Amino acid sequence: MLKPRSIQSSLNFRDKILSIDYILVFSILILGIVSMFAMYSTDGGEFKYHTNSHILRFFVFFGMFFVVSFIKIRLWHDTSYLIYIGIFILLLGVKYFGLTSSGSKRWLDLYFMNLQPSELMKIGLILFLAKYYHRISIESINSFRYLILPITVLIGPVILVATQPDLGTSILIAAGGIVVAWLAGVRAKFFIYSGVALIALLPVAVSFLKPYQKSRILTFLNPERDPLGAGYQIIQSKIAIGSGGLFGKGFLNGSQSYLDYLPEKHTDFIFTLFSEEFGFFGSLFILLLYAVIISRIIKIGNITRSNFGKLYCYSFATAFFTYVVVNMMMVLGLLPIVGSPLPIMSYGGSSMMAIMFGLGIVMSCKIYKDVPVN
Amino acid sequence: MLSPGSGNTVIKSKLIGRRMFLITAAKAVVMVGLVGRLISLQINQSTKYKSLSDKNRFREWKLAPERGIIKDFFNTEIASNEPLYQVHLVPENAKDIDNLFVRLKAILNITDKKVSYLKRVIKKQKPWEPVIVSENLDWSDFSRINLFLHELEGVEPIVSVARTYPDNSSAHILGYVSQISAKDLKTKEYLQDLAVPGMAIGKTGLERKLDEKIIGKRGYQRYEVNAYGKRIREIKIDQGQAGKSFKTTLDYEVQKFTNELLKDKAAAVCVMDVYNGDIVSLVSSPTFEPNAFVHGLDKIYWNSLIKNEKKPLANKALSGLYPPGSTIKTLVALSALENKIIRPLDTFRCKGKIELYGEKFHCWEKDGHGIVNLRKGIQRSCDVYFYEVARKLGVDRLSETAKRFGLGKKVLDDFIEERSGVVPNTKWKKKFIGQNWYLGETLHSGIGQGYFQSTPLQLCLMTAQIANGGFEIKPRIIFDEKNDNLRKYLKYKNENPNEPLPTELLLSNFNLKPLFKNQEHINLIKDAMFSSSNEPGGTSYRHRLENPKFTFAGKTGSSQIKRFTEAQREAEVKQESLPYKDRDHALFVAFAPYKDPQYAISVLVEHGGSGGKAAAPIAKKVIKKVLERHELRRKVNNLIGESV
Repeated sequence: MLKPRSIQSSLNFRDKILSIDYILVFSILILGIVSMFAMYSTDGGEFKYHTNSHILRFFVFFGMFFVVSFIKIRLWHDTSYLIYIGIFILLLGVKYFGLTSSGSKRWLDLYFMNLQPSELMKIGLILFLAKYYHRISIESINSFRYLILPITVLIGPVILVATQPDLGTSILIAAGGIVVAWLAGVRAKFFIYSGVALIALLPVAVSFLKPYQKSRILTFLNPERDPLGAGYQIIQSKIAIGSGGLFGKGFLNGSQSYLDYLPEKHTDFIFTLFSEEFGFFGSLFILLLYAVIISRIIKIGNITRSNFGKLYCYSFATAFFTYVVVNMMMVLGLLPIVGSPLPIMSYGGSSMMAIMFGLGIVMSCKIYKDVPVN
Repeated sequence: MLSPGSGNTVIKSKLIGRRMFLITAAKAVVMVGLVGRLISLQINQSTKYKSLSDKNRFREWKLAPERGIIKDFFNTEIASNEPLYQVHLVPENAKDIDNLFVRLKAILNITDKKVSYLKRVIKKQKPWEPVIVSENLDWSDFSRINLFLHELEGVEPIVSVARTYPDNSSAHILGYVSQISAKDLKTKEYLQDLAVPGMAIGKTGLERKLDEKIIGKRGYQRYEVNAYGKRIREIKIDQGQAGKSFKTTLDYEVQKFTNELLKDKAAAVCVMDVYNGDIVSLVSSPTFEPNAFVHGLDKIYWNSLIKNEKKPLANKALSGLYPPGSTIKTLVALSALENKIIRPLDTFRCKGKIELYGEKFHCWEKDGHGIVNLRKGIQRSCDVYFYEVARKLGVDRLSETAKRFGLGKKVLDDFIEERSGVVPNTKWKKKFIGQNWYLGETLHSGIGQGYFQSTPLQLCLMTAQIANGGFEIKPRIIFDEKNDNLRKYLKYKNENPNEPLPTELLLSNFNLKPLFKNQEHINLIKDAMFSSSNEPGGTSYRHRLENPKFTFAGKTGSSQIKRFTEAQREAEVKQESLPYKDRDHALFVAFAPYKDPQYAISVLVEHGGSGGKAAAPIAKKVIKKVLERHELRRKVNNLIGESV
């Protein structure tokens, strides 16, 4: 069972290198390389701005992933609340100093990059709640007093992000938080009650939605409602994927994307482009890579001794899965266009940073799997 | 070393594991769902989405085919094509249409009216359908547009081809082309898939008759377009198929010569090869400028055409209906001979007029011709002689002969302008006028007046069939193959005077149909026509050609517009002193050379007065021109079909 603490805390560099999960690392690397090809294709087969900066970001944040991995999990546990508070302050900063682009205020200008704190909050909230539920006793979990703090730390950023407005990201942040609470053992009853309450509040929420958000939802329900307007993206994305067929149109031959029929092809619709060029088998390959990554994360959660590690890994795996699924369902016409990037594949520094940071902590759980956090 | 409350921790981690198991199961289900969706889109429905994607990608622009060329007998192009510089505008490619028009107005010479017209057209069309801003630019305007092209988004300089005619000498028979109208699209089936913006189709004449074949097959340019409709690259270009070219039997040199001769007159000339019916020349005057129709007609020019009392747009040779006048006398005489009503030497006495049931019938010669037989009757064109002959012959027998020789029905195929005219008889009158025939009308018919109506082309055919010895010929204007049957037959007969085969069998071997019962009768008529042109006292004696190479035999005619009153007759009013509109139409038919007939001609001069004075001099000049080119024509004809 447990090894003496002294052995555990004195891992040398060789031990650390050996205990890295190489399957996970290689899956990430392969996905990263695939994403570079996809990005190269969106630039029309040239090394242009998007391709170059995507490659740079991938390697910078892939490096960061290792740095985060080698830091003791205990340190991440101890600084969880601080990290959350730091990101929350950045979110508040967006509200007052943020950059506005296409009608929403999501970015902070950090001179070397535009940071989107809402992406980081996806990880921050999971970290916070993992620590919180790790610390409280099993009896307290379902007492109302101990539910107040989780609800507060969840609702705060969700409201801030939703009013940017960025409905997609705020839902994904909330999903991450809810998953931690569920895993920690909060009663199903509680989720059902809040679900019912949410549905009851839906009409009120709808009245707060911006017209474009309402139109997106209506358009999702019937894309042909306005084929040249809001429904255009869904229709064109389905055409692109469907026309890819079994084997795809070939690398750099995705007519839908290079003729600009495909909207947002660098970011939300990167999977569409890949799927058009590489067909059903290409899509399956991407799905497989994500499945491997997620299952490795769950496996690390299984072997981690601390409940903080378990909670974090399981929650992160589930959140990661949610990001992938929401993005894919969106481009496959199964969900409204809410604007959520595909992890690692999509162009976007903050998302890449958040995912690599999240994966780094997972790897830290692996390396220090037997080290108790407190 | 256990951390405090480690039992608690273990229970907690078991709880976490249980709950994670539920989530993992849910994830698997969702993953399967995603794969299912991919299968549905990329495998089951991929055909549908592939075609949707192609529909996005490709857009086609129709290309107008090149029209076939029309040549004359000597392969001179009488309707050809020339490069055409146009400016098109694709509205969806233009950022700001109003601004663009301001720029275009500065560069080209476009009126405000045209701009507002174009804006209306743009509103009606799909945004990617081009409109034609300028139909026909000269090179300097076109190069100026190309110079400014980078700032004229949506403007496309187009080089295409357009119809062009070397001159207006053959305007009527060739016809003209102009833009497709809405009515054309509805009525002409072959245009359904052909219609290309800016394409011209044949409206009259040969251009119209041949349109379906000469127009060609349209091509297309398939472009890959991006989401904004911008052409990215050309995928495929199909130039279509140029229309078929046609060779005609016309002689462009004669056309030009005749056209010049008829200038300022309202007149028509038709020249035909008497053995194969090849139409050598067909001119109507005054003519019009066919090139003016190709790029949209100028309103002032159009008005001047339709207001001109000489009717330049009408093809008088095909669609002008005139009483044949005295030119019919050849057929009246022939009919009487064939029906054994008279013998050639039977005579009548002409005292200047005869009376029938109290009605007076005048001869044009007030003092009369005295004793007149058939030859003299035709030579002098004695009306009284033919009153008498017609009275004995009867209108029904006359009409039968006239129809046999080609009057009263269309001569050519599918010429919408051609009219069939009228050969009256008792049945015809009953049917169309609803009255019984009067004997007096037979007398009028005998000199080609009254109900008789014919076109110059019909009169030319009639004369040709007399000239060739009385054989049926089928006039043609499109040269498809050599047609020398009749010539070969005559040559054969010449070389084998003692041919044992009966004539009938021989004729059918050569695929010929005689129009006579006794060919001697035809020769009598030809001889009488010779005397009319070449012996003193003949009605066209003054305009004869004495060189035996050119000598022609003809018959004059004048068709009355208005009945001469007794008072006018007494006062001996001359045609020249009548108002233009009241003057007789002058007619002349002839064939030449007399000894070895090759060509027949008919000349009509509207309100020209008498045939001898107005029409014969024209015929004389044209005959000379045609015969001068005869050797060349035969040589070209003989070369056709021989291996080179």
